[in-house]
Amino acid sequence: MNKKQKTVLFRILAAAILLLLLSFSGVKGVLRLLLFLIPYFIVGYDVLRKAVLGIIHRQPFDECFLMTVATLGALAAGFMGDGDYLEAVAVMLFYQTGELFQSYAVDRSRKSIADLMDIAPEYAYVKDEDGQLTETDPEDVEIGTIIAVRPGDRIPIDGIVRKGSSSLDTAALTGESLPRDVSAGDEVISGCINKSGFLEIETTREFADSTVSKVLELIEDAGSRKSRSENFIAKFSRIYTPAVVFAAMALALIPGTFLLLTGNPPMWGTWIYRALIFLVISCPCALVVSIPLSFFVGIGSAGKKGILVKGSNYLEALSEAETVVFDKTGTLTKGVFEVSCIHPEKISEDELLHAAAHAERYSNHPVAVSLRNAYGKEADGCSVSDVEEIAGQGIRAVVDGHVVCAGNEKLMESSVKTAEIPDCNHCRNHPGTLIHISIDGIYAGHVLISDVVKPHSRQAIAELKREGVRETVMLTGDRKKAAESVAAELNIDRVFYGLLPQDKVLKIEELMKDKKGRTVFVGDGINDAPVLSRADLGIAMGAMGSDAAIEAADIVLMDDDPLKIAEAIKISGKTLRIVKENIWFSIGVKAACLILGALGIANMWTAVFADVGVMILAVLNAARSRR
Amino acid sequence: MKKSYKIEVDCANCAQKMEDAAKATKGVKDAVVNFMMLKMKVEFEEGSDPGEVIKDVEKNCKAVESDCKIFY
Repeated sequence: MNKKQKTVLFRILAAAILLLLLSFSGVKGVLRLLLFLIPYFIVGYDVLRKAVLGIIHRQPFDECFLMTVATLGALAAGFMGDGDYLEAVAVMLFYQTGELFQSYAVDRSRKSIADLMDIAPEYAYVKDEDGQLTETDPEDVEIGTIIAVRPGDRIPIDGIVRKGSSSLDTAALTGESLPRDVSAGDEVISGCINKSGFLEIETTREFADSTVSKVLELIEDAGSRKSRSENFIAKFSRIYTPAVVFAAMALALIPGTFLLLTGNPPMWGTWIYRALIFLVISCPCALVVSIPLSFFVGIGSAGKKGILVKGSNYLEALSEAETVVFDKTGTLTKGVFEVSCIHPEKISEDELLHAAAHAERYSNHPVAVSLRNAYGKEADGCSVSDVEEIAGQGIRAVVDGHVVCAGNEKLMESSVKTAEIPDCNHCRNHPGTLIHISIDGIYAGHVLISDVVKPHSRQAIAELKREGVRETVMLTGDRKKAAESVAAELNIDRVFYGLLPQDKVLKIEELMKDKKGRTVFVGDGINDAPVLSRADLGIAMGAMGSDAAIEAADIVLMDDDPLKIAEAIKISGKTLRIVKENIWFSIGVKAACLILGALGIANMWTAVFADVGVMILAVLNAARSRR
Repeated sequence: MKKSYKIEVDCANCAQKMEDAAKATKGVKDAVVNFMMLKMKVEFEEGSDPGEVIKDVEKNCKAVESDCKIFY
């Protein structure tokens, strides 16, 4: 609690105690009014002051002014009637309590976002020619400068590691708890914490363009893009207050006049009292604060999980997602080649991989790299000689005195004399590149190398369905066979294959036609920026560092885990549910109290609940979306 | 031209009123108040002097919400 809030709390407590004591005293008449005015002024003097300023500035619908009229009216009613001033002072007391609570709750939410934004580095250590380190403002560091990052420090600017190795804690950016190992030559993004080693980094961007600055900017601006719900509330509140005030005036004047004209006692006191109840309920605060707060909290909790939502409107749109369209490579699959099947004949898998990896020892081809990675024990002292690359077929080498051939079927036809090359049923139906291996002229088996599906892709698709997504679609430039097998493996409803990047935009437009709900496109942002911006909602994943993707997308996933999409939809659904609850609950209770007040069933106390109580409940409900 | 200002305001409804007041100021094309971040983004009209216009914006905001502040 800040100083201002503490002062208000103290005033509320003092006035409450005083009010309690006074309500038991037997003092009568003018003195009683004067005594009750003491706690009234203690708790409400700033409201009265603002009410006067409101009149000076001709703001008849100022909430302080309305609250002042209502409470002064209630005091007057007490003076004319039974001398009950408790109600009037209590209204002011509860009004201030509500305001205090609101400002406290909003402050707490602000702090939780501030923690999220606590990734801004304060300084960078620049290394000069003599190897001396100087503490510098990150904003003054030019591209290509060598900066030093000590263990425990945050990387201030994006760059490439030049010296040293370490593991990085990326949790603040991606929500991923596993540390990432880096060494010389690796690209690193700002905002990560250097955990173990001393790193020297050559900066590749200016501070303002670095990941940290972009992320902070995104979070800060998110609340400025307002959702439909927020716009509705803004419009509603503009009409609501004047409407209630005019209704109160009508209630104060019309029934009394009517009774007077029909020859009955007008009962002015009763009608004015009911009109005052209206004024207490006239503030739309519960709605105006709780709706943006709900979105703010929702965006904040998404941010903590590495999901950056660029605005409340996008969070709202995400909750209406009907179709989710995926780009295949880099989104559902890793976009790197890996050995996916090893089918040896007679020898063990390890022996087959050993032969293949060694034959490819000196090759830079992606296939060779993936074979060596799969084997992983390249430096085992085996001798490799007489390497001969046969264009369009594969490679021949002597490994430990054995002639090993690794390549396509053509290579096998020329190198294998003894047996037929078996036609593997499994590998024929799976996408990828098939590498056959022969040892000393005998067919030894084959290895399938393919772009692997991410471990969470299948689960992510299932979770999307559970979150209410009707249809999942995959777009890819791959051939039919490869595309369909991936779609089947992941349980994707529809697949479009053989697409060029520009075809993808047309497909998205086609899919968006005749759809009531929103069409979401998920891509890695590498060459699908136009599709990201064309779709109702574009989600870029693993996009840190790609400016085009961050620019084009509406939601940015910091890492490339497809499960985060389902997570984002879950958060959006929860946020919107809370928003709707708050809208209906607040408007409902207020409307009910207005009707009951007009009929004379509700009193001032009910009105205070409809104003302050509803606001407190709505704010508490909004804070619920944090979890 | 767009500029972002830090603001101080106590209640969400008042922030809404500030936004309306800022929008109605001469020389302002559009304004958005972000109550949660306590920021006001003002887009100025072509050829207007932001330094002068923001003073009018603050004056108009103070008229609707006497306790608000704009830091510029």
